[in-house]
Amino acid sequence: MRRYEVVFVLAPTLTDDEVEQAIESFTKTARDKGAEVISVDKWGKRRLAFRVGKHTDGYYVVLTLEEPSGAAVAELERRFKVSDSVIRFLSVRTDLDLKRAEKFKKEREARRAKRPAPPREHAAYQEMEEALAAAEPTEAEEE
Amino acid sequence: MVRRRKFCKFCAEKIDYIDFKDTRLLGQFVPERARILPRRISGVCATHQRKLAKAIKRARHLALLPYVAD
Repeated sequence: MRRYEVVFVLAPTLTDDEVEQAIESFTKTARDKGAEVISVDKWGKRRLAFRVGKHTDGYYVVLTLEEPSGAAVAELERRFKVSDSVIRFLSVRTDLDLKRAEKFKKEREARRAKRPAPPREHAAYQEMEEALAAAEPTEAEEE
Repeated sequence: MVRRRKFCKFCAEKIDYIDFKDTRLLGQFVPERARILPRRISGVCATHQRKLAKAIKRARHLALLPYVAD
């Protein structure tokens, strides 16, 4: 299963009802194309970092989807392009990156389990720093 | 003369996945000029700098971060 994060920004000129409607219709599209909607995260209205068209604000929505192929995301992107109410969108496949992150985390834990004693360099560094501080007491703590 | 030892923030805080939606985190690496902070200054390791840059660029596309200072 692939996991996607689809973020889209709706125009601030939409009314609350229109916003709800748009979100509803996009999630429905995703479902119809065989994707499972994991979460719909509405950030609400946010200031844009720069103007997009004439807008200075946007209504951010983050969809998290899971689907076997990219079909639902492709369809969503097509609709975003056509729709006037979507001013920006971005879809990112996240399952691979999250898996990698998980792997790193596991490796780190494995390493920690294997080597509970603090690394040797530590003591050596401390000695070095003490020696330095003794040699140049005035310059040692600049920052 | 004694320089503070630089370290990679992401390694230190064990952040494996840099989320492009986390503006607060990304903002720390986008100073006033809105350019991505080079790792020569921030001390971020190569792996994380690469991911960080990607995340910042994604955030920019969504107007979460600026492309240029205004």
